[in-house]
Amino acid sequence: MALTEEQLLTLEKRAKSIRETIVQMLVAAGSGHTAGSLGMADIFAAFYFHILNHDPKWPEWEERDRLVLSNGHICPVLYATMAHAGYFPIEECLSLRKFGSRLQGHPDRLVLPGVETTSGPLGEGLSQAAGIAYAFRMDDKMWDIGSPTSDVGLPISKHGRRIYCVMSDGEQEEGSTWEAAMFIGKNKLSNLTAIIDRNNIQIGGMTEDIMPLEPLADKYRAFNWHVLEVDGHNITEFIQAIDEAKTIDEKPTLIIAHTIPGKGVPEIENDYHWHGKVPTDEEGERFLKEIRHD
Amino acid sequence: MINPDARMSAKVFADDIEKAPMRDGFGSGAVEAGKADSRVVVLCADVSESTRAEQFQKEFPDRFVEMGVAEQNMAGVAAGMAAAGKIPFIASYAVFSPGRNYEHIRTTIALNQMSVKICGMHAGVSVGPDGATHQMLEDIGMMRMLPNMTVIAPCDAEEARKAIVAAATTDGPIYIRFGRAVTPTFTTSETPFEIGKALLLWDSPVGGGTLKIAILSTGSLGYTALCAARTLAEEGIECVVLHVPTVKPLDTEAVLDVAKRAGRVVTIEEHQVAGGFGSAITEFLSEQYPVPIHRLGIQDQFGQSGQPDELLAHYGLDVLHIADAIRAFIHI
Repeated sequence: MALTEEQLLTLEKRAKSIRETIVQMLVAAGSGHTAGSLGMADIFAAFYFHILNHDPKWPEWEERDRLVLSNGHICPVLYATMAHAGYFPIEECLSLRKFGSRLQGHPDRLVLPGVETTSGPLGEGLSQAAGIAYAFRMDDKMWDIGSPTSDVGLPISKHGRRIYCVMSDGEQEEGSTWEAAMFIGKNKLSNLTAIIDRNNIQIGGMTEDIMPLEPLADKYRAFNWHVLEVDGHNITEFIQAIDEAKTIDEKPTLIIAHTIPGKGVPEIENDYHWHGKVPTDEEGERFLKEIRHD
Repeated sequence: MINPDARMSAKVFADDIEKAPMRDGFGSGAVEAGKADSRVVVLCADVSESTRAEQFQKEFPDRFVEMGVAEQNMAGVAAGMAAAGKIPFIASYAVFSPGRNYEHIRTTIALNQMSVKICGMHAGVSVGPDGATHQMLEDIGMMRMLPNMTVIAPCDAEEARKAIVAAATTDGPIYIRFGRAVTPTFTTSETPFEIGKALLLWDSPVGGGTLKIAILSTGSLGYTALCAARTLAEEGIECVVLHVPTVKPLDTEAVLDVAKRAGRVVTIEEHQVAGGFGSAITEFLSEQYPVPIHRLGIQDQFGQSGQPDELLAHYGLDVLHIADAIRAFIHI
């Protein structure tokens, strides 16, 4: 559904608050991943405050949409967004990476309700999302008899729970990502939408220097995916892409979201050194000012 | 003497004992489990004929998932299906699953605590002519190190069937190991099987200083251990054979009991002696009841091509060599 001007402003405000929380929690943690977390704040705000069919007070609700975060290292954005959405108190964000915390350095589904999969090692989320999507489609068959079927004999359904998988661009270098992409393409899992955070950086440098990924969209198209490219900081555009994906029955959809790593803090934007580094107390104060000023 | 409580085949030592590859038990067990519970699904990496997954595929085409030659994705997809309420069995050759996809199993299944049943086929040197690349000898070690993981190595097709059926009704990640060769089906539908329980195959009426050795085996060499015990008993060497299908969690009570009775233990497995079943027994007994232990298995080397029987003989894992090794060990 299209956004009203007011909804857009609210979402943008949410994203700003999420960025502030991310900086605060990373300063408190003393380690973690800053650039990707800040870069994905707009998309996570869109997910948890507009797109997902979910209930923060009932994380186990069977009919919820599933969001699988494959690149678990950007969990500060997941945690901050979940906290703002009401899954747990925002103050708990300051326990990130601390002993005994539910906010583990990489997400652990067993300790934090609302986290769908334990993740961190790259190249695994898309497979798990595929398994959920495949299983749901098997179940949907029970009440969806009579709908058109795909080449593999499974029903094509635009109803029911949707599965989203957020990946990094760096993890496109993992071979298993492509095993999953092939499987999803073969089975036309149109209830699954994948998002690649195309921020062009990875821990050791720029993706195109470390291991070139382009032409990324063409690669997925060749694997039988419907591919869309959006500005990952344009919430309206992102939500339009998500809505378009829901109308595509014959293919899974990939949204390549072009983002700026470190978005909101101009002094670190697009600098890969901030992939796996956190602000000091002083830097944190400065970053917060920059985010609030933006 | 044969332990009557083991309810083994009447033809246990007969020449015409029935023989079958252990994977036949996977095929029939999966169908049985699938009939009992509609949540059971089978995923297979392009080896449905040789793993016998095709039996499930024929019976439940909608619940069979062809993964192609992609074992890493197979592990992750299974974890996702388990998260969505299914009970997935994933079948491939052990060297690829859990070999190739170890870290995927570690993160998405074991750490994630997903109820996926990993069925590793063609483990051990008795894979035969395919040679070293396809003879998985490290899987028990890899899997038993993982927290949350149960590890089962059945001894024949019938026990494999029971292990599959039991796995389907047991929550949590489980690894089940299968050999490739055609071996005697010496257990029966009456033979007790329970995950976590060992089974006395051969018992001795005597104890004290007369019982010389406790032979502990897992997996495909259970029958060989039994035959070795009979050979030794005919020479007056009293022994017991404890078959330990569940390597993790160990049936510590049964292991402790035979170790105390015999005071000397030999372990037998078609696996590296480092990290495998013998290691598990040694770790346990060295802390609880130290006795002399001799581990028979693959001695820190890779396999090679050959017929199953000649390979087992070469690596000292046939009846002749096992009996020799035990004779030498009890005279130390």
